[in-house]
Amino acid sequence: MDPTLLRTPLFDWHVAQGARMVDFAGWAMPVQYASIIDEHRVTRGAVAITDISHMGRLRFEGPGAAVFLAELLTRRVADMELGQIRYSLLTNDQGGILDDVLVGYYHDSFGQPFYVVVVNAGNRQKIVDWIHAHLSRERAEVPGREVIFTDLSRLWAMFAIQGPKSVEVMQPLVNIDLQWMRYYRGARVQWLHPGAQRQGGIISRTGYTGEDGFELSVGAEIAPAIWQAIIDQGAPYGIVPCGLGARDTLRMEAGMPLYGHELSEQINPFEAGLGFACHLVGYDFPGRDALLRIQKEPLRRVRIGLEMSGQRVPRQGYPILSSGQHVGEVTSGTFSPTLKKPIAIGFVAPAFSKPGLELQVDLRGRAEPARVIELPFYQRDRRRA
Amino acid sequence: MSLDPKLLQYASTHEWILLEDGPGGAKMATVGVSDFAIHAMTDLVHLDLPEPGRGVQAGKPFGEVESVKAVSDLYSPVDGEIVEVNLALITPDPKTMFVNLDPLTHDPYGAGWLVKIRVKGGGQSELLDYATYKKQCDESE
Repeated sequence: MDPTLLRTPLFDWHVAQGARMVDFAGWAMPVQYASIIDEHRVTRGAVAITDISHMGRLRFEGPGAAVFLAELLTRRVADMELGQIRYSLLTNDQGGILDDVLVGYYHDSFGQPFYVVVVNAGNRQKIVDWIHAHLSRERAEVPGREVIFTDLSRLWAMFAIQGPKSVEVMQPLVNIDLQWMRYYRGARVQWLHPGAQRQGGIISRTGYTGEDGFELSVGAEIAPAIWQAIIDQGAPYGIVPCGLGARDTLRMEAGMPLYGHELSEQINPFEAGLGFACHLVGYDFPGRDALLRIQKEPLRRVRIGLEMSGQRVPRQGYPILSSGQHVGEVTSGTFSPTLKKPIAIGFVAPAFSKPGLELQVDLRGRAEPARVIELPFYQRDRRRA
Repeated sequence: MSLDPKLLQYASTHEWILLEDGPGGAKMATVGVSDFAIHAMTDLVHLDLPEPGRGVQAGKPFGEVESVKAVSDLYSPVDGEIVEVNLALITPDPKTMFVNLDPLTHDPYGAGWLVKIRVKGGGQSELLDYATYKKQCDESE
């Protein structure tokens, strides 16, 4: 293992479990402990825990924080309720996607508001630089409108507990009633475990799997103890650790975009199907004018799902064809453990995006049939949650 | 009945080969994928093998094996002609319409063999004995 890679507080645990560690955005991360397909199925059927401490967590506080974020993010911030979480984008001046993020709004123990913006690991440095470029010292120190920006990513671990048994596993470990926590809500909590040393953290009902579940921010020094406490709580439900391999197959089934695949600076939010995350009227942020213009133009390409009839798996960059003609490109592909067939997400010209349409994917020189499927490939029964 | 991996030879690209004397003095090669490679891939989802009768060349791909994460070419260690492929690995179950790659996953030196090749021409990849191959694998971990 490359010793220059960043390590999460769970690094030793992963290695002791025999996980296959890979370089993910400069972090040594477990791609799988045993079988990706098994880890995927346990997440869908019961509950699994994933170390996502590589995710960037950026904290903004001070009286100017809300206005500062509103001038960077594509989506409203000022109207967020306490404990609310919102999916948003950061765009460059041309309207290209710099990153997709979750913004959470919380109060600290003194009742002071703060925001946490969760960014992709691979984009953290770029976004930190982008923030510094917009948050000059003069701006950050305007009396009465101060903005304090802290990169918490190395100070806090982050776990995802995902699956239909998530509430049962997490409830005994926190001092709030999780059953009534709504989707895309979060709260500061106390961990009810001696290993927490009276520290608190943040828990939110969010995830990247298409299942019910939670994401936790836990102080780095108590992270191994809390992780183990969750594993112990989850044992009766068959909890397993889940690597980034299964996290990827889960998010693909759930039709969720991933930066570097479905999202990039060359893709605009409307093409990616993320127009809902852009509030263009009455707000100003980098790229807004460009997006207002792009919104009026016809789309050049749209994001679609594909289901293969064969067993070979489409991969990023493979051409999508219609009667031999190049109409688009695959951005993500995998074998879907739930559907038991290969699936893909890609971009095609709008004329070829109708669900049910029969296309082909060029799989290393062989065109194989692919049917356009409405995303997501998988949706959980929400009556259960 | 599985072969003893210690008695096989290996290509650096992780194929194992058993060379035997065939009928009429021809050399016959049985080729599979090493346990190390199977373990490294895990979650196999697809296997592509050639039709019997097709010619193969040493060091050139004759098929591919695919896992959830990635696809890998399978390289022939020798020049020759495919005389038999392991149909059990590529024939879909009539009920589920899925192929069952479990024999390849769990028994790569036995029921998970891939192809038999009638060796023709002189071309042959550099072949390693078990100890040397294992050393190569250990170093790559």
